[in-house]
Amino acid sequence: MSSSQTPTSETPIVRMDKVNKHFGDLHVLKDIDLEIAPGEVVVIIGASGSGKSTLIRCVNGLEEFQYGHIEVDGNELLPNGKSAKALQTIRTEVGMVFQQFNLFPHLSVLDNVTLAPIKVRGTPRQQAVANARRLLERVGIADQADKSPTQLSGGQQQRVALARALTMEPRLMLFDEPTSALDPEMIGEVLDAMRELARDGMTMMIVTHEMGFAREVADRVIYIHGGQIVEQGPPGVVFDNPQHERTQSFLSRVLKH
Amino acid sequence: MDVTFDFNWAAALASLPHLLPGIPYTLLISFGGLAIGFLIGILFGLMRISPLAWLRIPAIAYIEIFRGTPVLVQVLFIFYGLPQLLGSPINALVAGIAAIAVNSGAYISEIVRGGVQSIERGQREAGLSLGLSRTQAFRYIIWPQALRRMIPPLGNQAIISIKDTSLFSVIGVGELVRQGQVYIATTFTALEVYLMVALLYLAITWSLSLILRLLERKGLVGQ
Ligand SMILES: Nc1ncnc2c1ncn2[C@@H]1O[C@H](COP(=O)(O)OP(=O)(O)O)[C@@H](O)[C@H]1O
Ligand SMILES: [Mg+2]
Repeated sequence: MSSSQTPTSETPIVRMDKVNKHFGDLHVLKDIDLEIAPGEVVVIIGASGSGKSTLIRCVNGLEEFQYGHIEVDGNELLPNGKSAKALQTIRTEVGMVFQQFNLFPHLSVLDNVTLAPIKVRGTPRQQAVANARRLLERVGIADQADKSPTQLSGGQQQRVALARALTMEPRLMLFDEPTSALDPEMIGEVLDAMRELARDGMTMMIVTHEMGFAREVADRVIYIHGGQIVEQGPPGVVFDNPQHERTQSFLSRVLKH
Repeated sequence: MDVTFDFNWAAALASLPHLLPGIPYTLLISFGGLAIGFLIGILFGLMRISPLAWLRIPAIAYIEIFRGTPVLVQVLFIFYGLPQLLGSPINALVAGIAAIAVNSGAYISEIVRGGVQSIERGQREAGLSLGLSRTQAFRYIIWPQALRRMIPPLGNQAIISIKDTSLFSVIGVGELVRQGQVYIATTFTALEVYLMVALLYLAITWSLSLILRLLERKGLVGQ
């Protein structure tokens, strides 16, 4: 209870203060200050190795940081992983979709989606199943519920992963290059599902190289380079009128083709 | 040179009733030892991958010691050596089971370690990101997948341990080889009897292989 502010709808869901992260000698995140408002869709862009994954993985504690402070929906994450209790709370409120899907291959599609509600929330199986079927329907794969995830296409797997994350009714969704491992013809179906989620008002932090999607869906685009936020703003500004030379050269490289 | 190959089938068959009583001992020592070895293997295999040195180091020591010494020496140590320390004799059957347990336990620790470490990091991260605790992520996500991958090497270890029990005739436990030796002492039909003993081992190990292959074909084990 360090803050005396009364929470309003404008209280940010994520607040990062001077977050610094090292991997050994490598200073991966440098003084990251970032606030994300409820319902905001933030797209993070930058070259490979610039720290995009590390940044969003700090938000749900998959990476520890060494200095600074992160608050997620009022739960405080401290440096060096000294916040085990808040961590569990945060993770049930923050969903994540990975580049490699990370579905559980030993469980059916349905059991992938019901595992967390049943084990973490203690939701009765019947209710968890009904909820899972509804979510699978929503991402367009209701008919695959009883299959093994290994029988699905990449695009279908990623939509299952999305349904699995949504089943915990997260307040915030993290996406780490959700379409980078997909064949080109399957990218659209995953982006469509994400677009719909954004339309429904989900708060989202998305790392992606899909610039067209970013321009269309993002409220804010953040360009990160060498572990620092170099530039941020509405997509129209960052894409069409970037202020920093580094952003310009990055965009000219990725938008060329 | 005139070699007469004089194999006496009647003698071979006649030995069977004297050898069969060894099978329950062989199976009891093997599978009793392996069952305990599996528990030891889970415990020490997980200690072996712990980030905590005080768990990891004893596990490494145990694994190195019992993989680096012969099972025959281990069983002699347990049967003849330990009673000196304890001041009371140890039953030969118990000594045999204990030897297989500690010996297979060392190998199974490495199988457990390999199985758990073979599961991609993303599996655990996906579990944690859903709010599962580390224990839950292990129990519901990592362990079931690791176990499937462990079954083929575990089957392999079982076959090795079954064969290792043949050495335990030296402590007088009435397993297959021991029964054969006792019978040969009165009949002098070593050729026939040891062939039968070998065939009985084959019958046991082949049955086990067959079961494992069936499991694999049904997709219950492996990847
Ligand atoms: N577990 C790790 N150990 C050591 N270095 C790492 C680890 N993960 C990432 N890095 C390094 O941190 C930097 C940022 O990585 P990352 O956040 O994955 O970048 P991005 O997602 O932007 O490609 C890279 O130089 C990468 O090599
Ligand atoms: Mg990345």
